[in-house]
Amino acid sequence: MADFFHMGGYGFFVWTSYAVTLTLLGYHFLSPVLKRRKLIQQLSHRYKPEQP
Amino acid sequence: MTGAQWIGQQYLLPARLVIIPVLYFPVTEPPTRMKSPETRLRAGKASWLWFHRMGSPSWFYGFASRWAPVFAVLALLCLVAGLYFGLVIAPPDYQMGDSYRILFIHVPSAWMSMSTYVLMAVSAGVGLIWRIKMGHVVARSCAPLGAAFTFCALVTGSLWGKPTWGAYWVWDARLTSELILLFLYFGYMALANAFDDRTKGSRAAALVALVGMVNIPIIHFSVEWWNTLHQGSTITRLGRPSMDMDMLIPLLIMFAAINFYFAACLLNRVRCELLASERQTRWVRELVSG
Repeated sequence: MADFFHMGGYGFFVWTSYAVTLTLLGYHFLSPVLKRRKLIQQLSHRYKPEQP
Repeated sequence: MTGAQWIGQQYLLPARLVIIPVLYFPVTEPPTRMKSPETRLRAGKASWLWFHRMGSPSWFYGFASRWAPVFAVLALLCLVAGLYFGLVIAPPDYQMGDSYRILFIHVPSAWMSMSTYVLMAVSAGVGLIWRIKMGHVVARSCAPLGAAFTFCALVTGSLWGKPTWGAYWVWDARLTSELILLFLYFGYMALANAFDDRTKGSRAAALVALVGMVNIPIIHFSVEWWNTLHQGSTITRLGRPSMDMDMLIPLLIMFAAINFYFAACLLNRVRCELLASERQTRWVRELVSG
């Protein structure tokens, strides 16, 4: 297991690249999903008829 | 392979993933789900009309809602398999040791950075020339994703360059043209959002996207035209396989993963763009009110 993280001495380079890529791609996957929820919430407030 | 053929391929792969389900859509869609008279009218027509429907925001929203989760699940499955085969099963390289494992994310993201750009420029061109709203919506949704792929390609390449070349960065033709690609994405995004009038912004940015297309063949052929430190392509030389199967299979799985990921993200971004830009329309009102 330690060998796996060590990556033959290249651990820093390999794991940093994977971490940066997966973080960035994860962010780009989640952001539109969260944004859509927010938009739908905002729009549903706007469409509600005014209560007297 | 000529330049034109190659550009065609770059566009077709991501586009194929989105378009193939569209082609089969009229056959699989049960007629009971066609609710509004507008969609019922369209449903009766021949299946080649898929291209016209793609230009309709309300139809595209429904299509994106159905397919984005499917692509997301496929992407996750491929990612898990690709990471397992790439990091655990594949043997170390005889020259580069374990540092070559960066390849499994570097090559797919570099490749996607270019094909996303082609998709963005073609969609922006469709929006600019035929004034099809969906063209600009797709182009706007492509830009941040393409920038992310380009950034990943540059960072992973730099982290791979340090142990193999001895430097994080060199002003090599391949690296420089890829950096210009990143700036083209930033330029597109900045210009697209610089105007109060969204249409005006989209049209101005579309010009940048189209002019920037010049850079795509430059990136691809940079390793052949100039004497670069960056190596030539390994997998596209089909006649002479220069990669072991144990390394090629994880790479291909990662290619599939990133393409599915792209399709899912693109469709989700398109949904956001459409909700925001079509908020005055009846279909958005009906969708939101449930």
